Amino acid sequence: MNQKKGPASNLALIEDVLAEYAGVPGSLITILQKAQDVYGYLPRDVMYHIANRVGVTPAEVVGVATFYSQFRLAPIGKYLIMSCQGTACHVNGSERVSAAVASYLGISHGQTTEDGLFTLEHVACLGCCSLAPVIMINGEAYGNLTPESAIAILKDIQAKEGASCAL
Amino acid sequence: MRIVIGEGSCGIAAGAAKVRLAIEALLTEKEPFTLGSTGCIGMCYLEPIVDLYDGKTLLRRLVRVSPDDAEAIVNAARTGDLSLVDAITITAEDEEFLTKQTRIALRHCGVIDPTSLADYCDADGYKGLKKVLTTMTPEEVIEEIKISGLAGRGGAGFPTWFKWNAARQSAGEQKYLICNADEGDPGAFMDRAVIESDPHNLIEGMLIGAYAIGAKEMIVYVRAEYPLAIKHLEEAIRQAREANLLGENILGTGFSCDMRIKAGAGAFVCGEETALIESLEGKRGMPRLKPPFPAQKGYMDAPSNINNVETFANVSWIMQNGGAAFAAMGTENSKGTKVFALTGKIRKGGLVEIPMGKTLRDVIFGIGGGIKDGKQFKAVQMGGPSGGCIPAELLDTVIDYKALAATGAIMGSGGMVVMDEDTCMVGMAKFFLDFTALESCGKCVHCRIGTKRLQEILTRIVEGKGKDGDIELLEELCTAVKDGALCGLGQTAPNPVLTTIRYFRDEYEAHIYDKKCPTKECPALRTYTIIEDKCRGCTLCAKQCPAKAITGEVKRPHVINPDLCIRCDQCRKACKFGAIIMD
Repeated sequence: MNQKKGPASNLALIEDVLAEYAGVPGSLITILQKAQDVYGYLPRDVMYHIANRVGVTPAEVVGVATFYSQFRLAPIGKYLIMSCQGTACHVNGSERVSAAVASYLGISHGQTTEDGLFTLEHVACLGCCSLAPVIMINGEAYGNLTPESAIAILKDIQAKEGASCAL
Repeated sequence: MRIVIGEGSCGIAAGAAKVRLAIEALLTEKEPFTLGSTGCIGMCYLEPIVDLYDGKTLLRRLVRVSPDDAEAIVNAARTGDLSLVDAITITAEDEEFLTKQTRIALRHCGVIDPTSLADYCDADGYKGLKKVLTTMTPEEVIEEIKISGLAGRGGAGFPTWFKWNAARQSAGEQKYLICNADEGDPGAFMDRAVIESDPHNLIEGMLIGAYAIGAKEMIVYVRAEYPLAIKHLEEAIRQAREANLLGENILGTGFSCDMRIKAGAGAFVCGEETALIESLEGKRGMPRLKPPFPAQKGYMDAPSNINNVETFANVSWIMQNGGAAFAAMGTENSKGTKVFALTGKIRKGGLVEIPMGKTLRDVIFGIGGGIKDGKQFKAVQMGGPSGGCIPAELLDTVIDYKALAATGAIMGSGGMVVMDEDTCMVGMAKFFLDFTALESCGKCVHCRIGTKRLQEILTRIVEGKGKDGDIELLEELCTAVKDGALCGLGQTAPNPVLTTIRYFRDEYEAHIYDKKCPTKECPALRTYTIIEDKCRGCTLCAKQCPAKAITGEVKRPHVINPDLCIRCDQCRKACKFGAIIMD
């Protein structure tokens, strides 16, 4: 686990979740999902705290957190770009779209831009196969993309956010 | 009149939400029509779709609707003058996409409002359940399913009655009925469509299953990537509880059963039933050794039965129409209908439900309209990363569990990704192994290391570093992984490699021996050259080249240095004179 010791998290934020689920067998994934909703990712001290309350070892919690692709161990940007890696997207040229997005933002998948605006993630099939290739930004799907149209979408967001386009 | 907007995930992604906003903006207090919503009709290539109904009669189906069409639609609904929407009305050819299908699992999708229990009941909703609870014993239900010949629609095709019977026979007070909605096969989305568009059908099918095996608790394990499906199912569960279709003493029959949703967290292996159970228990989703089978010792060590969404979606229909009606469709060993998600280089992509026994050609050409952009059909990938590629010469293979298995592919969950002449089959095999190597849970050596080695060999072949003997090595390794892996993920992971070698061996040989990709899709195997006669020396290519591989004087032919060239294709795209060729 490659996670720096960040500032202490406010553990009180998940007290309600723990009160409801800590004692229910088999609820670890649910707790982690709800914790991620609260913090945006799973900070190390939060995982230790969950382990303590659920009564399992921190290794078990981290083991579950690293097994599933949904869980993140680092903070994400304001806009989460999920680039679909499904078969239909692949056949329709998703690699070129993904590479164009990565090179435009200057990050590779799993990373966040320095200004904290964008995080790029590769995800398994989003199930919008007829619109392939697809990316999803903060839950909204964009289909039938080309490298150019994908970058245009990012530029729109940057313009809206007033960010410098010199990325 | 009713205006009904198709608002499944695909429809929304294609712009249905914007169409709704545009229509709503035009509404006044009093309109002679209502505005409604429905799920996914499965004609994804025509989204966004808006239907105009008079009562239950479909007057017009409007396709590829944009927000600019809102005014015409509203005026047509106000005046009843349907000629106003002629321009966006579906063509007779496109209508055939639906009329050529036989819909059972999808029968309500895109027809009813998924958030309305009344709509579902008005169709044929909960009639199957009522019949079962009031007139049939659990054994009779299992017998009816046996007569229907219904088999698992998630991939393996195991007889549903056999699993139900095993769970029924298992001793134990607490039993669980679980629905596998962890639709992980990239390219398959029929389960999402069913849950989003017809959630009560899933609940009803599951209730009948729970009654048959004697379960009091039902769990749906659904992918977290399907937020709309989760939302609609949550709402349907709430409505069903309120209507006493879930909970204690359902419809006063003494049968009690409740239901909950568990959101998955993203792991392909959790489609394997024992891995799914581990995940339900809050653990890493690693498969268990079988036996004991889930029917004996499953979730929380209690007898459990797991079926796929599409399997359950057929159950109520079977109870209402009889197992024999279902078994009347299909072939000797595959009964009923099957839903396919038709995607890739296909003209008309979407969801296709047809009786077993039709051919692949019927689906891809008869319904899907063949290949996009006038290209040639090359192969279809059936069953996702666990399946295989079926080539053009086998297009007349009938859709039947056995016939498809004989090609080296599988029925699988019904993903059909169509490929054209531009798709490199070695690259395709590598794509699937990249996926399975990443998704291997790591528990057994054959899968963990075997998929990794397969991926490495395929990578070196597409990079032009393949060696004599690599094809044979791949075949040997594939056999070892198939035989040695613990669960279905590993046992089927070699299928894409084996089938592409079987049907497209010449492409492997071209990559390895000639260092050429016949489709020119593998960048490492391309070469770029400038034709001297055609080059005007405009310098555009040199300016575009990110690797500074192109040199030359203004107004003189330029040259590409192959050692510096990164084969990004920028120069060829930039050239206005067609002077750069890729080989």
